[in-house]
Amino acid sequence: MNNYTGFGRIFFTLVVAMCLRILPWPNAVAAINPDWVLLALIYWTLAIPERVGIFYAWTFGLLVDVLTGRLLGQYALAYSLVIYLCLMLHKRLRQFPLPQQGMFIFFCLLLSQFLLFLIKNLQQPGEFPATFWLPVFTGTLCWPLVFTLLRFVRRSRIFK
Amino acid sequence: MPRDTVIKLLFATGPSINTRLLVAVIASVALLAMDHGSPRLDAVRATLSVFTDSLKYLVDMPSGLINQASEATSTYSTLKKENEILREEQFINKTRLLKFDALEKENIRLRALLENSFKLGEQVLIAELISINMAPYEHIVVVNKGTRFGVHPQQPVLDANGVVGQVFRALPFTAEIMLITDPSHAIPVQVNRNGLLTIAVGSGQLNRLNLPYLPANADIQPGDLLITSGLGGTFPAGYPVAVVDNFNPADSKSFINVTATPKALLDRNRELLIVWGNKAPVQLLKDQTTDIKVPEVNKYE
Repeated sequence: MNNYTGFGRIFFTLVVAMCLRILPWPNAVAAINPDWVLLALIYWTLAIPERVGIFYAWTFGLLVDVLTGRLLGQYALAYSLVIYLCLMLHKRLRQFPLPQQGMFIFFCLLLSQFLLFLIKNLQQPGEFPATFWLPVFTGTLCWPLVFTLLRFVRRSRIFK
Repeated sequence: MPRDTVIKLLFATGPSINTRLLVAVIASVALLAMDHGSPRLDAVRATLSVFTDSLKYLVDMPSGLINQASEATSTYSTLKKENEILREEQFINKTRLLKFDALEKENIRLRALLENSFKLGEQVLIAELISINMAPYEHIVVVNKGTRFGVHPQQPVLDANGVVGQVFRALPFTAEIMLITDPSHAIPVQVNRNGLLTIAVGSGQLNRLNLPYLPANADIQPGDLLITSGLGGTFPAGYPVAVVDNFNPADSKSFINVTATPKALLDRNRELLIVWGNKAPVQLLKDQTTDIKVPEVNKYE
């Protein structure tokens, strides 16, 4: 069986993730909208670490910076660090059952959000609402869904 | 598909992941340091935005299509009714403008008597909202006109009822607009009734502005109209901003907590006006598809 996943397929899923990121959700949903791009990047890193890695993370981080109008480099930094962790631990993580993987994903999302918080605070100190941290929780809850969907995309022959 | 790429590499080639991480971190920190508070990386952002802006237009497409479909399917009678209402409104507005012209001339004459400079000729460009949600907690909206139409940062943005905000960042195909209700936005205003100057700060809620710098004995009443004062240089003077809410003047503090409701329909309109408030107005845009060079606009003094 040929398990090769083309660049097109990875790119397509990341673009969909970026669209989900800026979809005009109602305000209540927008506040808990998880970081789909990071979830997709984590999936691809765990699935094919020999091809998707820090370069992808940095590039798409930069694109997310432009997409969401942030200071250039802040998502690039956060994503690179998280994907580095995933690369270090991917062999172990693949053996983990889904709940344990979820714990790791939670930690990854928390790290990314914390870095964004730090940079934002350096740039413009101010009060942060407690809901700032909610996307970390919803992202963790969405992980099984992302995992199943992207595995389907990776294995199916529809997108060839 | 090339055969060799299928084979998983058993031994890593190229730099190790530690080196790659180091490069990525250094590059990110360098970008952060360069982008912070200066327009040095605007060209980079503009280049990358060609890709991300196409995503924004893509995400906006469904809502745009729904709007078009509802327009296409509206019946003859509704259109006729709407047409009648618009015609009536236009008639009323026109007669008002007649008076306005006379008042404007009078104002110029009076100012000439006082030897006071007066700037006229504000040019507007209609921009349409792109319905996307960039970041929660920030009141920033995106419109479909950018630097290709001569839009530049710090331009005031209005709607039919009042001030909406200012251009925060202009990209080639889109512009990000910070609403007056954003927590990090402040707009110099004056009370229309008596000319009292103050600053209205965004509250983070779409229906409220805070006026934190009013002493307890300030002459301000519920229902007062706040207009732009023209101080600070970004907003031209005289546009309505907000109406003062009810407040409790009995507080024995040195500053009173006054809030105001914005006049502009910040959460409802789809069309916004971007304003060039300068002495020499730029040419009206005739053909929207061509790349039009607009002369460098000096900031409104």
